Amino acid sequence: MIAEAGLALLWFAAALAVLQLFTSLMTLRGGDGSGEMGGIVRPAAIMQGPLVALSFAMLMWLFIRTDLSVLLVAANSHSAKPFIFKVAGTWGNHEGSMLLWVTVMALSGSFLALVERRLPERTMIATLAAQAFVSLGFYAFLLFSSNPFERLLTPVAEGNGLNPLLQDIGLAFHPPTLYVGYVGLSVAFSFAVGALITREVGPAFARAMRPWVLGSWIFLTIGITAGSYWAYYELGWGGWWFWDPVENASLMPWLAATALLHSASVLASRDALRTWTIMLGVVAFSMSMVGTFLVRSGILTSVHAFAVDPERGTFILALLTIYIGGALALFGARASTVSEGKRFSIVSREAGLVVNNVALTAILGIVLLGTLYPLLTEAFDTKVSVGPPYFNPVGAIFAFPMFVALAIGPLLRWRSDRFGRIGKRLILPAVVTVIVLGGALMFAPDIHILPLLGLGMAIGLGIASLVPLFGRNLLRTPLPTYGMVLGHFGLAVALFGMASESAFSTEKLVAANVGDRVDVGPWSIELTSMEPVAGPNWTALEATMTARYEDGSPVMLHPQSRTFTQPQQTTSESALSTRWNGQLYAVVGEEGADGRWQLRLWWKPFVPLVWLGGLLIALGGVLALIGRVAGDVRRGLQRRRIAMRRESKPLAAATTGPAE
Amino acid sequence: MTAPDAPKGKRWAIWLPLVLFGAFFALVMNGLIRPADREIESAMVGKPLPVFDLAPGSPDRPGLATDAFRQGRPRLLNIFASWCVPCAAEAPQLDAIAKSGVPIDGVAIRDREEDLARFLARHGNPFASIGKDDISEVQLGLGSSGVPETFVIDGSGTIRYQHIGPIMDRDVAKILAEVERAEKPL
Repeated sequence: MIAEAGLALLWFAAALAVLQLFTSLMTLRGGDGSGEMGGIVRPAAIMQGPLVALSFAMLMWLFIRTDLSVLLVAANSHSAKPFIFKVAGTWGNHEGSMLLWVTVMALSGSFLALVERRLPERTMIATLAAQAFVSLGFYAFLLFSSNPFERLLTPVAEGNGLNPLLQDIGLAFHPPTLYVGYVGLSVAFSFAVGALITREVGPAFARAMRPWVLGSWIFLTIGITAGSYWAYYELGWGGWWFWDPVENASLMPWLAATALLHSASVLASRDALRTWTIMLGVVAFSMSMVGTFLVRSGILTSVHAFAVDPERGTFILALLTIYIGGALALFGARASTVSEGKRFSIVSREAGLVVNNVALTAILGIVLLGTLYPLLTEAFDTKVSVGPPYFNPVGAIFAFPMFVALAIGPLLRWRSDRFGRIGKRLILPAVVTVIVLGGALMFAPDIHILPLLGLGMAIGLGIASLVPLFGRNLLRTPLPTYGMVLGHFGLAVALFGMASESAFSTEKLVAANVGDRVDVGPWSIELTSMEPVAGPNWTALEATMTARYEDGSPVMLHPQSRTFTQPQQTTSESALSTRWNGQLYAVVGEEGADGRWQLRLWWKPFVPLVWLGGLLIALGGVLALIGRVAGDVRRGLQRRRIAMRRESKPLAAATTGPAE
Repeated sequence: MTAPDAPKGKRWAIWLPLVLFGAFFALVMNGLIRPADREIESAMVGKPLPVFDLAPGSPDRPGLATDAFRQGRPRLLNIFASWCVPCAAEAPQLDAIAKSGVPIDGVAIRDREEDLARFLARHGNPFASIGKDDISEVQLGLGSSGVPETFVIDGSGTIRYQHIGPIMDRDVAKILAEVERAEKPL
């Protein structure tokens, strides 16, 4: 019954989405949005959230009970699986993850309909129409092509297990985090489409959209950071970014969202960049859809592809074409009728943000092109794979100018400014950058150009990002400013980690007997023993290594070569030892014919900064979001208080003009 | 400023994103339509069945040899095992296909006779013959990497189609269409 109830809830929610779309379209045709039909739109949207959430809870319940009469559970779970992975198994597969997507989407729709009251009601109805339209596609996808509640005619005796690579705590949080990010962008998309329909593009629109973009951007940042760390220690290859299609698929929406975030703030405070912001709103969601499509269709070869099915890919492509093609056509037809925004001079904060936007968009284009390039050449019967040799230098061409703009931009005033005014404040970061460049060349003359520039830029940027706080009253500085400073500082921290990792990593691949000693960088590591160990659903050979940093006290490392029983698969569990100045990374491989063990050891100076930086960026976003939302709430309360005062003193109201 | 808010003269640029999206669409459609050189399942399609001669896996069915597939009629070759859960999931669909008149031969991978008997008793036995492959030789020869997999073999013993994973309801039509296609020689 649980499965049937879940399915019924889903159908009910889909019916409400139809109602939401129908009534909102009727209202838009009819006029001002206050008609009887218009009254149904919001409640219809609000109800969907709880319904779908309940349906998702049903599926989770099935997984927790390991109900093997349900196909999805039988194919992806196992009664002997640890509890947390039974729960995570709910979304560790195609159907479940789509249901999760729809759940988050419906909850956002509910929230949007419940709280957003600042926009003109007509624009809001148009936004909810777009939201319903987008949701309907996903409901259809779930109900017609990936029903998670499908029953087996005869229940099986035991489940099939979950891909061992996915039996990791990282899985429990990574995909849901990215989905929240993607779905947040779908709300931004709906806002953009709504604003295009009613042609009301202005600061109010940007302010309404901004928290959604900011929120989803925070989740995307965390998702990418966590995903990168997960790939780093789970795949056991010692790398933290492979320019793999699946990674690019998560990076592209982030790039678009970052650009959107910055252009929305121009629109919100200066009423400029109107059409551009609208387009980014469409592009950002397009990129999440394109990413999902690339990952799910299996059209590209990836190391992270866990849920591949060309047929589903086709369905996503159809959805994508309807949404994105439709939105871009609407954009083409309407954008020229959106009146032009305010102008600004070539030296101004707006201009700095334009540099940021152009650079981010260019990098987005580069990543998209690189990701699709194998497809392009395949169309002409050549197989290529595109990797770091393309992405790193070509991306850097745009990234480095962007970093320079990032150092200068926040110091500039809106609308118009002079370089002479801010020059003095940039002396310190510039001098430090030069010193670091010189020092790095002196101590490591063989260093490659990109890591070298990266190191210099990172230090300079780290200081420059703090300069906006110099000479300010720190207690009265608004929270969003702190958010910006922290976000930019986090970028510098991450950049330093990346540059240091690629410039100074050392790697050893050796075959060792028990008792052998290996030196990697400042570490000396002894293979102490190899022993079999067993877990709930795996067995493993576990190495014990005694590692010493220079002459310090010994650290024990326990990398494993793990074999899962259900389904059968071997994975390498790496072992890490983190110090303030870097990370030691150990992997144990196969036993050789001569009884020696394959060991892979890396010393990666400052590599944890890559992820620390990512988290700082996200934290900056959180500060900005809290600041913005608190500001909105405060303004909302003020408006209400003024309105109440007007009601109690009608005479005063008459003199100050009509209420909103 | 130039790029973002284009002046009136550059309004054509507004359509640029749509054009780019059109190009993207054409590219991936092309990629989706011709998956031939991308998927593993196609490696053996068009090639003749490898030569094998397997002992019977079940007392009431004959064993299976390559010659069985050269009788002029298309047949299905199903790679399965009693220990495989998705094989149980596809059993009703295999039954339906067998009932519609397409002969199916099974190759049981690394199986025991008593397990196999229990599996067939429980999930039905749609197979005309069942070969016992204890060392995965046929499986490897066919370029198949897991169970279950199903091959459409035409009347001259040539592999015409490979289906990876369990045959679900939605796959039955496709399989039957491939069998029909295999009626005509290449």
